[in-house]
Amino acid sequence: MNNTTNNKLNNIPKNLFVFANDGERIHDEKLKTKARGFLKDAFYRFKKNKSSVIAAFIIIFLVLFAIFSPVISPYTLQDKNITEVFFYEAPPFIESIAEKNLGIFDGGAKRDSINDFTYNKYMAIYKETGLNPVISIDKTITTKVIYRGQEREEHYYSLTNNAYYEKGAEFRTMTVEEFYKIQQYSIENNIQVILPYVHKNDIKKIDDADIWYKVTDNKGTPQLKDVNGDGVKDVNDYVPAYSTAKDKSGVDNSVPLKRVAGDDGSYIYSYAKGSAVHVRVNYYNYYTYLYGHEPMYIFGTTEGGYCLFEAIGQGARFSLIFAVIVASINMFLGIIYGSIEGYFGGTTDMVMERISDILSGVPTMVVVTLFQLHLAQKVGPVPSFLFAYIMTGWIGMASLTRKQFYRFKGQEYVLASRTLGARDTRIMFKHIFPNSLGTIITSCALVIPGVIGSETTLTYLGIIDLSKVTGTSLGVLMQQGQNSMSTAPHSMIFPALYFALLMIAFNLFGNGLRDAFNPSTRGEEG
Amino acid sequence: MLKYVLQRIVLMFFTLLIILSMCFILVRLLPPVKLPQGDPHTAAIELQRELLGYNKPLLVQLGIFYKNIFLKWEWGVSDKLYLGQKVWPIFIEKLPATAIVNLYSILLSIPIGIIFGIVAALKKNSWLDYTISTSTMVVISVPSFVYAFLIQFFFSYKLDIFPFQMKEGTDFFTWDMFVSMLPAVLSLSFGVIAGFTRTTRAELSEVLTSEFMLLARTKGLTRAQATVRHALKNCMVVIVPAIFGEFIGIMSGSLIIEQIFAVPGVGGLYLNSINGRDYPMFMLLTSFYTTIGLAAGIIVDISYGFIDPRIRMGSRK
Repeated sequence: MNNTTNNKLNNIPKNLFVFANDGERIHDEKLKTKARGFLKDAFYRFKKNKSSVIAAFIIIFLVLFAIFSPVISPYTLQDKNITEVFFYEAPPFIESIAEKNLGIFDGGAKRDSINDFTYNKYMAIYKETGLNPVISIDKTITTKVIYRGQEREEHYYSLTNNAYYEKGAEFRTMTVEEFYKIQQYSIENNIQVILPYVHKNDIKKIDDADIWYKVTDNKGTPQLKDVNGDGVKDVNDYVPAYSTAKDKSGVDNSVPLKRVAGDDGSYIYSYAKGSAVHVRVNYYNYYTYLYGHEPMYIFGTTEGGYCLFEAIGQGARFSLIFAVIVASINMFLGIIYGSIEGYFGGTTDMVMERISDILSGVPTMVVVTLFQLHLAQKVGPVPSFLFAYIMTGWIGMASLTRKQFYRFKGQEYVLASRTLGARDTRIMFKHIFPNSLGTIITSCALVIPGVIGSETTLTYLGIIDLSKVTGTSLGVLMQQGQNSMSTAPHSMIFPALYFALLMIAFNLFGNGLRDAFNPSTRGEEG
Repeated sequence: MLKYVLQRIVLMFFTLLIILSMCFILVRLLPPVKLPQGDPHTAAIELQRELLGYNKPLLVQLGIFYKNIFLKWEWGVSDKLYLGQKVWPIFIEKLPATAIVNLYSILLSIPIGIIFGIVAALKKNSWLDYTISTSTMVVISVPSFVYAFLIQFFFSYKLDIFPFQMKEGTDFFTWDMFVSMLPAVLSLSFGVIAGFTRTTRAELSEVLTSEFMLLARTKGLTRAQATVRHALKNCMVVIVPAIFGEFIGIMSGSLIIEQIFAVPGVGGLYLNSINGRDYPMFMLLTSFYTTIGLAAGIIVDISYGFIDPRIRMGSRK
């Protein structure tokens, strides 16, 4: 059986054989996969690193925030038109969220040891303006005291107050034209900006615009309609002390005025004071009149009454731009210095290394201070600050470049190029430098957070004052926030949060980039 | 080895001299601080200035400056902050607070950091490792004063455990003082812990994959034995110099942490000397910080050679 098959195969006639690829040219088969370049490969590896990708998105978000927050914010840091600062250290407040009673963005500020008088005043503000300053009563302490032989209760409250509503009413002096303008605005928009006037003499000379009711003593105890009963001390029982046309002089009451409910036409809304008028304004509505919108501070306001949302953006803008400028200048200088060191080696390297050794020995703080003392007067704080960073900042980049040059300068292609007669500069920048570019550029991503961090530290410490140039900076905001930590925690939390997020994101991003461009460091934690 | 050490020290000394001369000249180029009229110290300081050569050429002034330091250890007289007092005793008085706060922070954070690092390396690529590594990364990125805020806000303000600022006085070893130092100590520790965790983890995970570890296991050591006796010992080559570096750094402290927690230390003095333009004080502190920085670098370098006999410092190719 086997034998016969073999015989058959041995006896195949020659004419049955044909060439497999007769008449065709034989090629290597084309690779089916796509070639991946250096950049593409780096991008691919970068994408695999989830945390860096997230960090990249966070950076984009934070940068967009810095660009757009001063644009979309209705406020500016130095608004020339409006001289009055309204709300100092006011907490974050968005009215639509506040209405939902979630405990956030409700403008809530803690008020401790509030006595009965003040609490009554808050209730009176609620009654008059319709805006309730008290969000919640967190704690009530009741004490019994003997007052003029009678025992009576006194309360001390811990409240969470809406810092915007609790302002209540304020006295303002304005021109008559202004007064008419406000009245017209009030009628058109149905907003009670100006409240009925209360004269000091009617409320026991208490100089407090919030008190619109008759009082029994100069501490501000409200006089009640139902004086006999020790019954409910409700705000509805308060007796209004509004001045009427009969007894007080004001501007002409015959022009259309926006009157409060319950006004029979006798209340006056202004009190003549020389050529101007003295009025009681509803602070919240007065603000609305001046700005054209209700107060809305997403991140609250700073110690100076500025919108924090805008201030953070403004400060971050400077930090980011400054860091990018410093990083690129340092990169430029460092690359040139480092390539010369690394390429020429020997004595040149030795001497240049000593120079950078000495410069790197000077603490950054000292450099910044000296530059500040010498140059700030002549060229302004920002350029002198910039010089200080450049003075020692390039050293890291130079040593990195030097290392790369040492690594590549002995390679065969460099030797080949030299044999072919290439000049030193050509070898340095055409052959060696492009190979080390990846490492150098990625380390730049780690320089940026370093610069932002130390810039913020220095402005925080107050060694450099940039507020005249940039309006504010993250460091300044945090420093102010730290001062008012117990009264307005938000003013510390938001800048610190932004700053921390920026630093974390940049570091994660930089590390991811470094790993992506350096296959050898891949997998190392860092 | 000895030759190398001496070489480094001499080199450091010259570097220091050059830096200080530069700083000195830059400082003296500034107009001297105006002295308050009628103050009894004014005349004394003016006399002192005359002796220091304020009206002579800069190089002569530099010579007088160095002569005073090398022969008499005389750093000059404060002409603003502590009018008429010598700066050196004031500086020495401020040093303990800074050193103690930093010492506590190092004593707290080095063991914690190393332990975290070991755990992360041993459990590499587990959720524990990921948690530790990620939080290390996050903690390292954020400057220490952000932790200081958080600690002050939560522990001092919300929970009221710690005082807002460090207690005044010089009773550094009482319990009250210790508690009042804790916020500063904790804020300083975060960064150090993260740094040591990162170093230990990177180093240990590399050592654990070495061939001698396999050999150790093959000859019958348990995993724990092999790790402690072989792996840890080897990774100490990197960690111990870092510890030395930290210890040198304790004296320089942190300007910002001292500022936040009102630690009566060198950092605050430095800030005041900058803001108050007290140049003699500024010069002394500049010298101090520069020396610390240079010394830390050298000690780290040299300690490598002492710890690991395989490393021959300064040897040629």
